[in-house]
Formats: sequence, structure tokens, C-alpha cells
Amino acid sequence: MKINHGFTKVTVDQLRDANAAMLSNYEVYQLLTDLKEKRKEMVKNKHSTGQQNLNTIMYETLKYLSKTPCAHQNPDTVKKFLTSMLPHKLTKAEKLQLLNHRPQTAVEIQLMVEESEERLTEEQIDELIQKVTDVLPGDPQKEADASADPEMETDQ
Amino acid sequence: MFVLVEMVDTVRIPPWSFHRQLNEAIAEELNKKLANKVVYNVGLCVCLYDVTKLEDSFIFPGDGASHTKVHFRYVVFHPFLDEILVGKIKGCSAEGVHVSLGLFDDIIIPPESLQQPAKFDEAEQLWVWEYETDEGAHDLFMDRGEDIRFRVVDEVFIDTSPTGPSTEKEAPSAATAPPAGAEDSAPQKEAPYTLIVRILDIAIMSI
Repeated sequence: MKINHGFTKVTVDQLRDANAAMLSNYEVYQLLTDLKEKRKEMVKNKHSTGQQNLNTIMYETLKYLSKTPCAHQNPDTVKKFLTSMLPHKLTKAEKLQLLNHRPQTAVEIQLMVEESEERLTEEQIDELIQKVTDVLPGDPQKEADASADPEMETDQ
Repeated sequence: MFVLVEMVDTVRIPPWSFHRQLNEAIAEELNKKLANKVVYNVGLCVCLYDVTKLEDSFIFPGDGASHTKVHFRYVVFHPFLDEILVGKIKGCSAEGVHVSLGLFDDIIIPPESLQQPAKFDEAEQLWVWEYETDEGAHDLFMDRGEDIRFRVVDEVFIDTSPTGPSTEKEAPSAATAPPAGAEDSAPQKEAPYTLIVRILDIAIMSI
């Protein structure tokens, strides 16, 4: 099966820091949503053909992120979440994954937290699930469906 | 999934854009150049985050455009090692299962990173996991369009800069090889950035 590799390579003069900061899905989702609004207003400058790449990546990224928990987050929930995570001594990468994925099961928590068997007790894992569920908003549609039909819930 | 990358580049503004706000013109040029493109060893560039410093603009002899050195930060898709992501199965080949995130396509689960035992069904062109439960053996097909959760195991950056003409005749590969003797004008289509990943579970079944 031939896969179409569409991506091309570019170079810049200087790379100062390839990893200046990690961004949460929420931050990127917000940035792109704002940028989309700004570009809509700039209708006078008809989008030159050069902007097609930006349009494509923005569209695809927004499409992907809109189906993840970040689409329902806001600056307050993110701040509240990070504060609630303080006592658990998780790494930045671990907190980021919890924020981006909003895990609902112990299995997922164990996948995202390194050496979770040593660092977290069963109660602590349950506590994490509870905090994640309470502080981070879920998909309102999915939750409405789930409460309507309890059999649809995956049992772990 | 995303990181902020600090870069410096010289942005060329053509004279017909001089009436525009410099910041806007620069942002547009940077996005034109970088958006949806891969920077070697960095990742897939998504969009400009901000401009941190604008140095003086220069006009050089013979070129009416202005050149400005810009320090900026760009949002780049670059999952970290061991990161967990969810994508859709795009298709299967002998090389493994191909997964896509929409914004990024070049994700592959090599056969050894699938649930074992796994075999490639030639008829359906799909990878299959044969698993046994108390009720007997079942086949789980890696169907196209299925949501799949995976962990990033490795990344491969290939420098796809154009190289000089090859000095030796390379053995033709796959169906797209040009006939012997014909001019090889088509560049080698290799992904500049590939993620090698390991399957965790699919929508239907947890591991």
C-alpha cells in the first residue's frame, strides 16, 4: 500500500531551543481557534495561495483536538487541575497527559504515570481518577448518552 | 503532543507588502514558510506562537525586498518519547499498521509492536490479532477507521534535502520504479518525520 508522504522539509537560519516549552492540547486549541477568528476578519487580504499549508494544518489540528477533552477546557479548569495535582508529585509530562486525556480508568492512569505501581497506591489512583473526572469537564454529549444507557459504559 | 520551539530566521518582505504592518507581514511570511512543514530533528510545524524580537530590516543591492532577522516561537507537533496518543488506523501493509492523527500521517506500528500473536491477512490486506479467550480463539482485525491508542516508542527524522545525481543504478523498488534507462526525475518520497509506536488498545478491546 503506497502511503502519500506529503510533508516537506524546511530549514531556518538558527534553532535556539527545540524544546522551549511543552504545550497542552488546550493551549494549542485556544491559539488556533483565536487565529481562525482573526483570519476570518482579515477577509480583505484574500488568502494568497501561500496560506494553503497554514489552512490545512489548522483545519486538521482543530478537527483532531475538538474530539479530545481539551475542547471542553478553559483557563480556570486547567489552573484548578494543576493545583489539585500538586500533592501527587507527578512530572510535567505526566500531568500533561492527564490533562490532555482525562483518563477515567486505573489502567489509563498506570499507562501515563511512570512506575505507578511503586509511586501510587490503589487509593491514590482512585483519588486521581476522581480529581480528573471532577475538575476536568468531560464531553457533555458522551455523558448524556452514557447516563441514558448505562450498559454502554465500559466496565473495568 | 505539542512543543514551543524558539527559532531565528531572516524574513523577506517583498516591496508590494511594504504598506502592511511589519508584524503582520512577518507573521504571514513565517507561516507561509513553516506551517505544515517538517524541520529536521524538531517536528511538524503548526503555527506561529509569537515574535520575541525583531532586528533591523535591511535592503540589499539588486533586491527591492526588505530582509529582517526575526526571533520567534513556533508551535510544533513533536510528541515526547513514551507519550500516549489516540489515532485512527489508516491501513495496513507488510511493514505494519499505519495510523493517522489527521494532522499527522506518518505513524507506524511495526508488526513486533502489535499484540502477539499477529499475522498479516493478505486477502484483506489487514493485520490480525489472534487471541484466545475461554470461549475459544478470536480474530481481531486492525480495521481501517478504528480508533487506536498507542505509545510513542521512537521517532525517525530523515534529511530529505535534494542530493546530487546518484552515481550507481539503484535497484528499482515497488511499483513506481521508472523503466531502466529513463531519467530519474521523481524524488524519493520518504517521510521526513516518522513516529514508531506500540499499540496499547483499540476501541473495541483493551489489552
